[in-house]
Amino acid sequence: MNQPASAYFIEERHDPNETHTLAVLVQNEPGVLARVIGLFSGRGYNIESLTVSETEAQKHLSRITIVTTGTPMVIAQIKHQLDRMIPVYQVVDMTQTRRSIERELAMVKVRGQGEHRVESLRLADAFRARVIDATTESFVFEITGNTDKINQFIDLMRPLGLVEVSRTGVAAIGRGPEGM
Amino acid sequence: MSDKSHDPNQMTGAAMIVRALIDHGVTDIFGYPGGAVLPIYDEIFQQSEVQHILVRHEQGAGHAAEGYARSTGKPGVALVTSGPGATNMVTPLTDALMDSIPLVCISGQVPTHLIGNDAFQECDTVGITRPCTKHNWLVRDVNDLAKVLHEAFYVATTGRPGPVLVDVPKDVQFATGTYHPPRKSDVHRSYAPRVKGDATQIRKAVSLLAGAKRPVIYSGGGVINSGPEATKLLRELVEVTGFPITSTLMGLGAYPASGKNWLGMLGMHGTYEANMTMHDCDVMLCVGARFDDRITGRVDAFSPNSKKIHIDIDPSSINKNIRVDVPIIGDCGNVLGDILQVFKAEAKKPDIKSWWQQIAQWRARNSLYYKKSNDIILPQHAIQSLFEATRGKDTYITTEVGQHQMWAAQFFGFEEPHRWMTSGGLGTMGYGLPAAVGVQVAHPDSLVIDIAGDASVQMTMQEMSTAVQYELPIKIFILNNQYMGMVRQWQQLLHGNRLSHSYSEALPDFVKLAEAYGAVGLQVHKPADLDGAIKEMISVKRPVLFDCRVAALENCFPMIPSGKAHNEMLLPEQANDEATAKAFAGGKALV
Repeated sequence: MNQPASAYFIEERHDPNETHTLAVLVQNEPGVLARVIGLFSGRGYNIESLTVSETEAQKHLSRITIVTTGTPMVIAQIKHQLDRMIPVYQVVDMTQTRRSIERELAMVKVRGQGEHRVESLRLADAFRARVIDATTESFVFEITGNTDKINQFIDLMRPLGLVEVSRTGVAAIGRGPEGM
Repeated sequence: MSDKSHDPNQMTGAAMIVRALIDHGVTDIFGYPGGAVLPIYDEIFQQSEVQHILVRHEQGAGHAAEGYARSTGKPGVALVTSGPGATNMVTPLTDALMDSIPLVCISGQVPTHLIGNDAFQECDTVGITRPCTKHNWLVRDVNDLAKVLHEAFYVATTGRPGPVLVDVPKDVQFATGTYHPPRKSDVHRSYAPRVKGDATQIRKAVSLLAGAKRPVIYSGGGVINSGPEATKLLRELVEVTGFPITSTLMGLGAYPASGKNWLGMLGMHGTYEANMTMHDCDVMLCVGARFDDRITGRVDAFSPNSKKIHIDIDPSSINKNIRVDVPIIGDCGNVLGDILQVFKAEAKKPDIKSWWQQIAQWRARNSLYYKKSNDIILPQHAIQSLFEATRGKDTYITTEVGQHQMWAAQFFGFEEPHRWMTSGGLGTMGYGLPAAVGVQVAHPDSLVIDIAGDASVQMTMQEMSTAVQYELPIKIFILNNQYMGMVRQWQQLLHGNRLSHSYSEALPDFVKLAEAYGAVGLQVHKPADLDGAIKEMISVKRPVLFDCRVAALENCFPMIPSGKAHNEMLLPEQANDEATAKAFAGGKALV
């Protein structure tokens, strides 16, 4: 390995990346989201998707769902780094537990006439997307599902006059009777 | 309506801050006044329980608080104003975060209604300091202030210690509210550092230790942070097992340098025997250290054939750089106690005689060798002379960052913890002088020496004025080679000897500078005069700038070249042009 002239040991790591969905339960206080996001940007971790909302208003608890990629060592680091933040109650790796459901909601605007318009409606039906707004030349579809399904639907809409997409990002929950 | 005027817990936010300091046993704080903290300074003026040390720059306050904390084990406290006061604290906060130093910084902020308005001396203090604190708070309601202050002290001092910041807008300082003394419920329920190690993991660790043929203990700053009990237990473990021990820069003093099992510091400028022992060991016990890149060398060649046990209170330190076999999350002292108990009950001292023979061979290489001269002072010689002159004295050492820091770590022997204050993780030039101020405030009768370089010391030189004002007899021992030595060393080794901006042009006359501050200036050129001058420096009961003119082009060895492993160290006698060129291969033109 030819090392460039540096005080640091520069090397590339070649471990394969994995995608993980993390559910992070936090105290809902000012700045908490900035802390979490700052951790990701500051330490060079990826955010593929981020969803956050207060889930228990009385206890001031919010739930952040993060989809991230990294080597197994990096994923473990991310979990530990999140867990040691003061306002973080719990970090659960929804991918590792292998018993979780992930859903995303998207609103997809499609503009077209004639056969394209009919085809988009037919596909929407097949994907169980609902029409939530319509004009004589456009539809807005609402679709929920996992990320792959939504990506597939959007790809299909592209040649049919896709105008705009708004997505919520992933929300995840464990299967079975137990809570987090 | 109840009459609250006689309730002793009714007070202004500013009064609450001083009261909370007193309730947390704080006797000294370091700070600099300004518009947004005037109400707090007004309270400080009207009491005598908390002594305020006025620094000359907020960075000085931060490093002084760090020195204070590191030398006492208590949290250091800094008080700064909004805007530039807060931004000047960023370096010490980051420094404290990297080295796990408990620091509580209280900053003033513009009044609540002006926040976000780009008001005079406004900055987003909590935003700026979020990544350089363990946690921080903006207090918008005076009735939250007591709780936040108590939580701040708790967070700074428990678990893996670190810096915290509480940002208090000026209107909150003026407002009256209810204070309460510290109580358990002041802390986030989500914050609960794990102290006790897992029993199964401890058993696994003991069985590895008991079966070791080529063991090593590698300890770090975590042992010192854990407190005197951890140091005692570490020493006992070394005694009971008979294992060799090395330590990181931050961990020096936990095991005495005069101890028979001591290998010296490890890492980039560690001893040959320490690094070789790490590389060839079969069982490594890492206590309160974090496998930093200056320690490991090339990670894929780091101690390739060992089982590794890692004790750390911070789970994120585990498997961050190096994969370990037996992680134990918990407080060093607590876990060491459990390991010792199990070891004493179930194991006996392994026979590692042949391992010690091997180590003796490495030691015989004498990796800290340097050639003394009668004409010119070698920096290593200067440190050794300083060490000899302070032996048996109640001494505290701080350093700046660079070659002098490494030489100090190599040649100054530390017998006790909390005696060595250095900027390890962040590598902050300018740390040592203000840190010495903080140490001297905490230990007024001790000998406090900042081992400095001519470049570093100029970064925070203004704190000499603080030392003179408070009659703090700190000794600034400058190894003056008229270079940023470590920068130059790297340029020589890795950048074709193109010494880009590493020469200290236009150095001040340090003797005159000392005199200008009202301190004492000493200068020495000749090896023959060195001991006498050091003696004089120690006997002077005033702050001293000691200009020790040393060999300009001396470099710091031994050294692990970049991209190399522990067993590929460059030793001083090998550091001729050819070997150096080879070690730093890549076809670079070298010195």
